[in-house]
Amino acid sequence: MACDSWVPKLDAYLDGELSAAETSALDAHLRGCSACAAQALACVQMKRALKIAGQRFTPSAEFKARMRSQLAPKPAPSWKFAWAFLAAALALLLVTVLLTGLSDRRSRQQTLVSELTDLHVSTLASASPVDVVSTDRHTVKPWFQGKVPFTFNLPELQNTSFQLLGGRVTYLAQVPGAHLIYQIRKHEISVFIFPEKALPAGFSPSSSKQHLAFHVVTFTEGGLRYYILGDTTPADLDSLADLLRSAASS
Amino acid sequence: MSVSAEYLQSGSFEELALPLFDQLYNFAHWLTHDRAEAEDLVQETYTKALRGFSSFNQGTNFRAWMYRILRNTFLSSRTGLKATATQQLDLEADTAPLPQTTDTVTPESILIERSNHNLLQAALEELPVHFREILLLCEVEEMSYQEISETLTVPIGTVMSRLSRARAALRAIVRPKLQRT
Repeated sequence: MACDSWVPKLDAYLDGELSAAETSALDAHLRGCSACAAQALACVQMKRALKIAGQRFTPSAEFKARMRSQLAPKPAPSWKFAWAFLAAALALLLVTVLLTGLSDRRSRQQTLVSELTDLHVSTLASASPVDVVSTDRHTVKPWFQGKVPFTFNLPELQNTSFQLLGGRVTYLAQVPGAHLIYQIRKHEISVFIFPEKALPAGFSPSSSKQHLAFHVVTFTEGGLRYYILGDTTPADLDSLADLLRSAASS
Repeated sequence: MSVSAEYLQSGSFEELALPLFDQLYNFAHWLTHDRAEAEDLVQETYTKALRGFSSFNQGTNFRAWMYRILRNTFLSSRTGLKATATQQLDLEADTAPLPQTTDTVTPESILIERSNHNLLQAALEELPVHFREILLLCEVEEMSYQEISETLTVPIGTVMSRLSRARAALRAIVRPKLQRT
């Protein structure tokens, strides 16, 4: 086919709009015709130059932002989202505070029980566990006068299995207190008495605790905090606690 | 001009229309020769498109539809009317036999040079609006003849002949300038 009949089709060819048959026929022609090939090249170059030159204007950032805000649906959902976010944040904060408080309390109570156990064990291991050796409560109680900043009543132990061995001054969290040693069936029991207000917060467990097989029973009476600790059964500790409590309130 | 919330239900409109934003703006600026007018034109186009989106036939060419709205908005604007009135295009000529373009090959590779972009841009601006728009749709937007036909609402035969004339007209403007350089 002559060049004249191909030239008008060059544009469609380069635009990719010729039929497959015509495209392959023109391909073949261009391989053999340098004049048409040169013209095709010039057209391709013009197309390329136009593509670049035609991409000339870009919208300003301000205009773009304005259009975007007009087209994007946002006000209502964004507020809803903000409230949800706020609620979630508050809930998270609350949980964190509660958990921190809880674990803080737990760790303080753990510390308390550990310290009481240490006091109990180290006292019993000592060559002279008590500074006032007496089974008579009327001897032991006055001994503490001037040594601790409070006073207390001790129970009458007649008709019970408990026996008072003596007492000594002790300290818990820098607070001075009374440490009494009782005995039941060869088991020694420590009774610690401290002024409740002087103790740090968290040193007031509401229930009995167990630590390394030692049991701790605690109660407060007349502004004093009692800890009863020993390796005997919890029932023994509870009955001693009852005796102490009734003596304190009498 | 603002877009009211009731039209924002059509979430897919943004997905379809926002990616076309830069190119539509470029096209609008080429048509209007002015930044402020181009912005107004694009904004009006998006507003009209959003309103008419429910009537847009899903599955047909969205890009061609957007360009058609922009072009029609432009042609009915003051600037558009002026442009078409002063640069009369004999639409009948679209179907007339094409002039032979077998003139000697000129070094159009010169146009690839960055320094000559301004020359080509100036030539594009000189072109009548109907030639300018079809060249932009074909070369810059790389639309198929079918898409151009949908955008300009003319038959494909008219697209082909008008495109040939537009290219010939562009070369006629560019060549003397190239020879001078």
